[in-house]
Amino acid sequence: MADPARKKIGVEVSIAVSEAVKQCDVDVVSAYPITPQTHIVEHLAELVAQGELDAEFVPVESEHSAMSVCAGSSAAGARTFTSTASQGLALMAEIVYCVASMRLPIVMVVANRSLNSPLSIWNDHSDAMMVRDSGWVQIFVENGQESYDHIFWCFRVAEDEKALHPVMLNMDGFMLTHTIEPIEYWADEMVKKYLPPFQPKFRLHPEHPLTMGAFGPPEIFTECKKAQDEALIATMPVIERAWEELEKICGRKYSAVETYRAEDAKTLLLTMGSFSETARVAIDEMRETGEEVGLVSLRLWRPFPFAKFRDAVKNAESLIVIDRAVVFGGPGGPVASEVRSALYSGKKRPRIVNFIAGLASRDVQPDDFYQMVERAKKKIKDGTEDEYEIYGVRE
Amino acid sequence: MTKPADQFKWQELAIGFIVPEPGTAREYHTGDWRSMHPVWDEKKCIKCGRCWVFCPDMAVGQKPDGYFTMNPDYCKGCSICARECPTEAISMLEGK
Repeated sequence: MADPARKKIGVEVSIAVSEAVKQCDVDVVSAYPITPQTHIVEHLAELVAQGELDAEFVPVESEHSAMSVCAGSSAAGARTFTSTASQGLALMAEIVYCVASMRLPIVMVVANRSLNSPLSIWNDHSDAMMVRDSGWVQIFVENGQESYDHIFWCFRVAEDEKALHPVMLNMDGFMLTHTIEPIEYWADEMVKKYLPPFQPKFRLHPEHPLTMGAFGPPEIFTECKKAQDEALIATMPVIERAWEELEKICGRKYSAVETYRAEDAKTLLLTMGSFSETARVAIDEMRETGEEVGLVSLRLWRPFPFAKFRDAVKNAESLIVIDRAVVFGGPGGPVASEVRSALYSGKKRPRIVNFIAGLASRDVQPDDFYQMVERAKKKIKDGTEDEYEIYGVRE
Repeated sequence: MTKPADQFKWQELAIGFIVPEPGTAREYHTGDWRSMHPVWDEKKCIKCGRCWVFCPDMAVGQKPDGYFTMNPDYCKGCSICARECPTEAISMLEGK
């Protein structure tokens, strides 16, 4: 359990995240600076330059190169970290897919930011959704403490010999990266206890030559993709175990799907990332007026926690899914379309109403959640059958 | 490889689809791709070895008598040897 002597300190979340990366004693950091990830890699560069972190910091000329360096260093058996956002993630996307199928346990923080154009440095989830199907383990965190704690979790899951997948930690750009929050640091001994040294099953070594990333002709490619899919699904017990062990170390309990005042709720809000904190405030306020409303916060995005998710929403009459990315010409936001698909086979399922909100840091305050609940009730009452609505748009 | 690629079940594949041993490219006979093949006219050949140097697949070999020939397992029929030959001693003929 947590040591009561440990104190919370006020620190920018980006700095706390890079301190956690340092505490993981990474061997290689390769990154290209991009807003709003910049403070994370700048601080890591400082830590290496000051001799506080014994690692290779490889400043590259692009994000494509950043992930390529990560591929090489991870393949050689080095604990490897990188971070990016938005256009940077788009530029590295090719290698993001490669390292997943090559099962290289790289950890990457994505400081979520919109994709251009128009040029936006602000926060939403369109960048993360672009690489949704890349094969990485993907989580969304809600606050600073959770961001810090999950750096240890990411490496533990990634490097577990039953997992061996790259892990992506999505944290809302600016909303989290640039906020100063009270954060309780782990003592180094806690990290040592929680995160064993990286022992790669296979690595590039001159004495044991092997080939990684070979070509896969039609007669074997299908088997490769089946194996990759099964391997990602099979990571679920490792993920659960890593959260259980984390609770034993620091006393904080995390899970794939978190609920808040949801047990008796007729209406559930579904959010990912820092929105979930605001939604809790909104729910408390609505509860005071007698509204039977609760929250489902989805932390684990890949592999999708089907069983836990279905269980969390099974008693609700309506489910209001709030997405932070547009799927142009598609069936709704990416979360809503997945959730509809996840629930379709069930006999009893809540009515789903989808709002897309908070694009490029457009503020979504507690009152906006209230407005969405009211609009959803009206849609259900009127029998409106729209796939989704972009909330708060001026017209 | 212990067996041909089309006989592997998905459960049998190594993590990350690594090929866990070296030198396995030798087992893949790229000569199967060939639709044309080089033929040396030994009357014109001056044994300079340019075909041997330029072959991108190291599929040109030298015979004991000093003249050259192709290795049917790996020659893709790309014609680079014929193009580089200074005496035009190599012709590309249809078929394997």
